[in-house]
Amino acid sequence: MTVTEAPQAVADPPLRKASTRKRLVPYWLLLPGILWLLVFFALPMVYQASTSVQTGSLEQGFEVTWHFQTYWDALKEYYPQFVRSLLYAGTATVLCLVLGYPLAYLIAFKAGRWRNLLLILVIAPFFTSFLIRTLAWKTILADDSAVVAALDALRILDVTNWLGWTEGNRVMATPLAVVTGLTYNFLPFMILPLYTSLERIDTRLHEAAGDLYATPATTFRKVTFPLSMPGVVSGTLLTFIPASGDYVNAELLGSTDTRMIGSVIQSQYLRILDYPTAAALSFILMAVVLIMVTVYIRRAGTEDLV
Amino acid sequence: MSWLRRNLVVIAGLCTLAYLIVPNIVVTVFSFNNPTGRFNYAWQEFSLDAWKDPCGVADLCGTLSLSLQIALWSTIGATVLGTMIAFALVRYRFRARGAVNSLIFLPMAMPEIVMAASLLALFLNMGIELGFWTILIAHIMFCLSFVVAAVKARVLSMDPRLEEAARDLYAGPVQTFVRVTLPIAAPGIAAGALLSFALSFDDFIITNFNSGNTVTFPMFVWGSAQRGTPVQINVIGTAMFVIAVLVVVAGQFISSRRQKSAKP
Repeated sequence: MTVTEAPQAVADPPLRKASTRKRLVPYWLLLPGILWLLVFFALPMVYQASTSVQTGSLEQGFEVTWHFQTYWDALKEYYPQFVRSLLYAGTATVLCLVLGYPLAYLIAFKAGRWRNLLLILVIAPFFTSFLIRTLAWKTILADDSAVVAALDALRILDVTNWLGWTEGNRVMATPLAVVTGLTYNFLPFMILPLYTSLERIDTRLHEAAGDLYATPATTFRKVTFPLSMPGVVSGTLLTFIPASGDYVNAELLGSTDTRMIGSVIQSQYLRILDYPTAAALSFILMAVVLIMVTVYIRRAGTEDLV
Repeated sequence: MSWLRRNLVVIAGLCTLAYLIVPNIVVTVFSFNNPTGRFNYAWQEFSLDAWKDPCGVADLCGTLSLSLQIALWSTIGATVLGTMIAFALVRYRFRARGAVNSLIFLPMAMPEIVMAASLLALFLNMGIELGFWTILIAHIMFCLSFVVAAVKARVLSMDPRLEEAARDLYAGPVQTFVRVTLPIAAPGIAAGALLSFALSFDDFIITNFNSGNTVTFPMFVWGSAQRGTPVQINVIGTAMFVIAVLVVVAGQFISSRRQKSAKP
């Protein structure tokens, strides 16, 4: 007691003197980073908004004319790509959840001393360029590959053909290839949040559920899954949002019939140089995603996402 | 059958793991290929040529070194700025805290292409020439939020009484920060830095929009998907995977040894 009280008595007056300077400390800490985000994240949105209501051409220059018609025209022309993007991203998200959950569960509860190794195996592919890994799928799903032959032999291709995901004996350049690539690329973003929230669950709850005569399936449904909801919510968001704007998988593994909205925005901005349409499309994508995310968070009811 | 049912989770989990790892195995195997055409998608014959001469393709190692430089600088930038923000958010109560939190969260909740396109709109409208600097600016911007999240998580779980104890023992604010706070926050900062490095090095979409004529490594790979993929790309992909595993294993090893020495 005496040890802790003595320095405080001495330190009291200078502490109070420094308090006004101290109150400014957080602001000084925030200033450079927040300024960076305001100038290079928030301000660009303003510029994009202004670009989307400009008219003109590259030769004559662009001018703000409040031409909102661009939004309507862009939506009318490219709604198939919008719908397709949301469909593919949604399918990939569901697949990520279905495939990722067992692995996250395995790492969190069953891996024992293999836990760190498995985690490393989930994270390490991150560090090989994802473009190189996506190109590897061209080999895996090539027309004469063993995987495609196996899918054909197991009659799975008949089912996917019937669903319209594949065509004939091909997987490459079909929706299935694009969704496979999307699922693969965003799977770690699902597994890691799932693992984090599963790992926090007290295993004694499982024992308690067992003691109360719950079957493993009931324990999962009533205890484990609800407690892992924060991971499910942040995992699905971390997969769905980037997947909806992705164009790499659609371009590398798909065909013109599987183009996603990202491809359209990219070619409008970088090849066709129709900046207003590109800006409008990208705003529509942002709005759709933000609305869907907000509704989803409201319904799932998880506030602490970051 | 009952064995299958009991181990269903393990089997399903390992299948997912295989799904994650198989492309890496394919990349590695095809780094020993000797393709006849321009594309390295079908197996022809075993060869060590690409491993002997990883820089044998024009521009490949130049773009690789450019990507490494950009990743290094954006890691430094994002880690410094992000760590400062994380400390401010965890340690201080101030007005506009909610607004700052949303501003940090938004870049992570936005499709990458939207950020990419809006940055391009800014640069085009302001007449800024695209290249090294615009790439660096963009990379620091999108890495920042991830650093904040990583450091915040670590600082939040930190016991503030440790710093009080240091002050009770007559450590000055600077001394407390350097000797107590920083070492405890270090794993979070390291995780944030590692993540920024990986994100920046691997970024394609934002770079594709804001690089002008500058070609980074991912853009080289993207171009090669159309022109023909040299085997050297697989060599570099394999090397990156091995280095990453080694770095992560070393990190695990160091932290487990530290934990052991901390517990007498």
